[in-house]
Amino acid sequence: MADIAHLEAHAAHDSAHDNHTPTGWRRWLYSTNHKDIGVMYLWFAVFTGIVGGLLSGVMRMELQEPGIQIFHGLAAMVYGMDPSAGEALDAGKHMYNVFTTAHALIMVFFVVMPATMGGFANYFAPLMIGAPDTAFPRINNIAFWLLPPAFILLLMSLFFEGTGPGALGFGGGWTVYPPLSTSGHPGPAMDFAILSLHVAGISSILGAINLITTIFNMRAPGMTLHKMPLFAWSVLVTAFLLLLALPVLAGAITMLLTDRNFGTSFFKPAEGGDPILFQHLFWFFGHPEVYIMILPGFGIISHIVSTFSRKPIFGYMAMAYAMVAIGFVGFVVWAHHMYTTGLSLDVQRYFVAATMVIAVPTGVKIFSWIATMWGGSITFKSPMLWAVGFIFLFTVGGVTGVVLANAGADRALHDTYYVVAHFHYVLSLGAVFSIFAAWYYWYPKMFGYMYNETLAAVHFWIMFVGVNLIFFPQHFLGLAGMPRRYIDYPDAFGFWNRISSVGYYITFVAMIVFFYATWEAFKRKRPAGNNPWGDGATTLEWTLSSPPPFHQFTTLPRIDSTKAH
Amino acid sequence: MVTGQFLRKIGAISAAAMALAPAFVMAQEQVAEQTGHPVYGQYHLQRAVTPIMDSITSFHDGILLWTISLIVLFVLALLLWIMFRFNAKRNPVPAAFTHNTLVEVIWTVLPIVILIIIAIPSFGVLSDQLTTPDGQRKYLGSNIFSFGEVEVPAPELTIKATGQQWYWDYEYVDDGVSLTSIMLNEKDRAATKPGQPRLLAVDNELVVPVDTTVRLEVTADPTGVIHAFAVPSFGVKIDAVPGRLNETWFNVRETGVYYGQCSELCGKDHAFMPIAIRVVTKEEFATYMAAFKAGDYAAANATLVALQ
Repeated sequence: MADIAHLEAHAAHDSAHDNHTPTGWRRWLYSTNHKDIGVMYLWFAVFTGIVGGLLSGVMRMELQEPGIQIFHGLAAMVYGMDPSAGEALDAGKHMYNVFTTAHALIMVFFVVMPATMGGFANYFAPLMIGAPDTAFPRINNIAFWLLPPAFILLLMSLFFEGTGPGALGFGGGWTVYPPLSTSGHPGPAMDFAILSLHVAGISSILGAINLITTIFNMRAPGMTLHKMPLFAWSVLVTAFLLLLALPVLAGAITMLLTDRNFGTSFFKPAEGGDPILFQHLFWFFGHPEVYIMILPGFGIISHIVSTFSRKPIFGYMAMAYAMVAIGFVGFVVWAHHMYTTGLSLDVQRYFVAATMVIAVPTGVKIFSWIATMWGGSITFKSPMLWAVGFIFLFTVGGVTGVVLANAGADRALHDTYYVVAHFHYVLSLGAVFSIFAAWYYWYPKMFGYMYNETLAAVHFWIMFVGVNLIFFPQHFLGLAGMPRRYIDYPDAFGFWNRISSVGYYITFVAMIVFFYATWEAFKRKRPAGNNPWGDGATTLEWTLSSPPPFHQFTTLPRIDSTKAH
Repeated sequence: MVTGQFLRKIGAISAAAMALAPAFVMAQEQVAEQTGHPVYGQYHLQRAVTPIMDSITSFHDGILLWTISLIVLFVLALLLWIMFRFNAKRNPVPAAFTHNTLVEVIWTVLPIVILIIIAIPSFGVLSDQLTTPDGQRKYLGSNIFSFGEVEVPAPELTIKATGQQWYWDYEYVDDGVSLTSIMLNEKDRAATKPGQPRLLAVDNELVVPVDTTVRLEVTADPTGVIHAFAVPSFGVKIDAVPGRLNETWFNVRETGVYYGQCSELCGKDHAFMPIAIRVVTKEEFATYMAAFKAGDYAAANATLVALQ
């Protein structure tokens, strides 16, 4: 993409101008530096990821055996009840729903989105396009600093009354369907959750505006859109999805808020409102949202695959426009989440057809990654392990999506564990694997140190086994008919649930290895050098020092405009 | 005890895994025979007893499962081959190509063809589900590539199911009688229906006649929340939405008790409001309904063989 030798000079030049670096807390709280803000996003996602991951751990412990083992005791501890009393059991059942809801909201809004669009996009999109910073550095600052208050609001919601006394928190699922989120949860917990989503949504919209403007206006001389690295493409498409989808969510949850508190009746059937209207609005946001979570991963994987194959990306234009196509079609398929709500036959037929269309650009991406590797000279360093793992697991999650796209088959699988398995394969194994791939790929660039390669590989292999063990058996549970969001299940489902829980413990060990590997890298301080990955790494960030200077590209790099892909 | 069962199952599964997959499926189907609920360790769809579930099973097991398995195996094979053939040791000098129009056209067109092949039966299966029989229309059943060969009579019975927090109310609309169906707690189950599965057994099953098309209207308490009425063996799943009346239908070909569970999050006892449908012969149903309409629900139940 860019001529490396030509650019080395600029990098050296930049380091000399490393001036006005704020220090102490001012550097972070007042930060207008895209790299510092990106790093803050990443650590934020690490912290929230621990919270979200532990919540799911308690759920898997509960589901390990038929019956209710954990939550009535947990509720008894929280509320000071007698654990054997019926009220503790009821409180425990509600608490389980609160856990599933909080797990989802945290993972979606406070882990995956901050990690990809906050962390990696902020840090690397400007570097890759040769920009000194983002277009609106102060907006960047407020976009990040809105997230901790949003997260605190969500945590506060856990400690306010939900359905009534002795039932704290909102337990209506991340989809917040009314009437369960209105008359079903009269307490203030739901209001706190709504406000949390509002603040997180504002944060994301501001971040999206900043990234779109940056990418459109601040590309280095010679870098046309069609020469822009694919990660920047993925960020651009994702930012548009955020910009168009989040206001719809904001509108929908504002209507919830007024239904709850100000006597409106948008979704109240008794007063002429329609609960299904909310589902349309929610999924008009919700479906693009799942692409928001995975598209930056697509960009990341392209670079890693190309770097470690020492080969240019295969079919660059098709790769870029496949993402545009996925983003576009992603807006017109929302009701495939609503096949059982009573949609008419014609409507269901349309959404079946539209949804299946998405498989085509997705297939283009999968096969183009494979073609990029084909004929390459591949080294399987840890980022590449995560990338190849991603391609396989995303394929598994993708094909079950094709199954679910068929309303006729969805009739049997809707709201079962098959759906849980599907979206965890594309998100927990897809998006999260791409995040870890990016982490190990860019870690030396961001922090200047090299991690222990063996530890990183061990992390990968344990996690690969663990997550597959969690989620593959859930396909079987779903086929056999086990519904989602169940604290207890008929004994027949005990076998695969047990396996799934064992998978969680293995994944937990993998996370310990991850934290140890990170700690070890910071402790040993092995200098990484500008480009630890060799001549396969061709994007601009590798021309800079590791970590890059506080302000980079004070003299803009020039991209050779005659070089074609 | 559970652990012992678990270990035996591990052994059985690993042994079976070595056998061919189709044989494996048949072995489990024998176990699942005559049940209207999932069996321990089940990894496939529940047994079909309606033409609708026949078509779903054929569609999933016959087309979708094969297609997606082959795609995944194909991608896996490519990845393994790449790891073997194009690693840096074996292939020190990377190629530099970035385009190949032929393969790009193939991997765009071929998926479209596969999707069209899937879509044809998919639309048929879907249309059957959403079209209430009129006695003329023919349904696909197991043969999803036919133009319909299963005859289904027009509905003779209309039942309205209402989701409550957290149980189901059923009304025989034509006969003007109704009942409430609540999950049995463990003590009552042990006392009255120990042979029925935990969390699925209810005090009063919904009773319907075999070989009869039942029109099912589903809604929820207007002041309540959304639930979903689902019976896996019937291929039925439809949301119970306050203020809306959704309609579906089923025609069961075997007597027995068939279970389902609420399939839309509805609050703390979401997992504890099962659906239990008892399918009896037409004669048994006539006797049952006569007694029920006479105003004595207990007597109506007494006309049926007691469930164990």
